[in-house]
Amino acid sequence: MKVHFRIRRYDPEKAPKPYWQDFEVEVEPTDRVLDGLHYIKWYQDGTLTFRRSCGHGICGSDAMVINGRNRLACKALVKELGSRIVVEPLRGFRVIKDLVVDMEGFFAKYRAVKPYLITRSPEPEKEWIQSPEDRARFDDTTKCILCAACTTACPSFWANRDFIGPAAIVQAHRFIFDSRDEGAEERLAVLHSRDGVWRCRTVFNCVEACPRGIDVTRAIEEVKRLLLTRKL
Amino acid sequence: MIYRGGIGQWAYVLHRLTGVGILLFLLMHIVDTFIVRIHPETYTRLIRDVYAAPWFKPFEVALAAAVLYHALNGIRIVLIDFFDMPSVYHKRLFGAVLFLFVLLFLPGAYFLLRPLFS
Ligand code: SF4
Ligand code: FES
Repeated sequence: MKVHFRIRRYDPEKAPKPYWQDFEVEVEPTDRVLDGLHYIKWYQDGTLTFRRSCGHGICGSDAMVINGRNRLACKALVKELGSRIVVEPLRGFRVIKDLVVDMEGFFAKYRAVKPYLITRSPEPEKEWIQSPEDRARFDDTTKCILCAACTTACPSFWANRDFIGPAAIVQAHRFIFDSRDEGAEERLAVLHSRDGVWRCRTVFNCVEACPRGIDVTRAIEEVKRLLLTRKL
Repeated sequence: MIYRGGIGQWAYVLHRLTGVGILLFLLMHIVDTFIVRIHPETYTRLIRDVYAAPWFKPFEVALAAAVLYHALNGIRIVLIDFFDMPSVYHKRLFGAVLFLFVLLFLPGAYFLLRPLFS
């Protein structure tokens, strides 16, 4: 089938302003948007720039705005989008070139919540044991691939780039609710700050955007409730 | 192109708009009740020519709608905040908000607008 791609392009070395460019591409309905982008890059315009690595929805490199919604180009099927596909870079990040955005701030927030196991108790002889129930407590948030689709779908983040954002909260949740972890206080201090969890306005755009199907808002609400009950 | 968020995004936009609308009304209301202290005649004229005038009725209805939506959706947000539930439930809660809104708004609007037609 013939598909019309409309892509938001930007190259600060050539033109100061972003612009739209149209491409006609022949693809299968079962192809993904990523295949269309590859076709354009390989056969029509080699300057088209975008990130992708695994091509199978696991590395999180190719989140972009496709037909007005954040999706992974490697998971969005052409047949679900129709014959007109509009592709833009993620919102709220500085665009470096075409669909490539600057994610430094995003990863700084990721690092801020200390996304690693913190323990203080003496090390056990073999390993840190965890029951299946305790493991299930944070199962949902272990699935995150740090694609930033949630954070860049969030109106709170668009309005305030300092907001820590859903992705970092999901990462913090993964450790806060891990029975083996003992660093919850350090993470909660960050999440309880001015630009922490309280900037969430339960808009649910993150839930709809997450390509891993993580119930992001539920995780955020769990952190909010923990902060609340901990104070009481 | 506007971001195509789901129901949650539009519930939020409406919540913000009605919130700002109610705030503007409150400011106006503070100013007019203030006038009663400094110039009672002006206040009487204001009430007669603005608040009690037929052309103001639609604004009264709009205010009632804004307060009602803001209150009902506010309860929805409180429920989401305080009770652990899968996020998809927020859509059902929004359905309930709309249902209750229509249920309460129609008779309310009827009583507000009735004086116009009698
Ligand atoms: S929570 Fe989902 S949308 Fe957000 S960064 Fe992780 S995988 Fe991406
Ligand atoms: S290319 Fe790895 S997630 Fe899409």
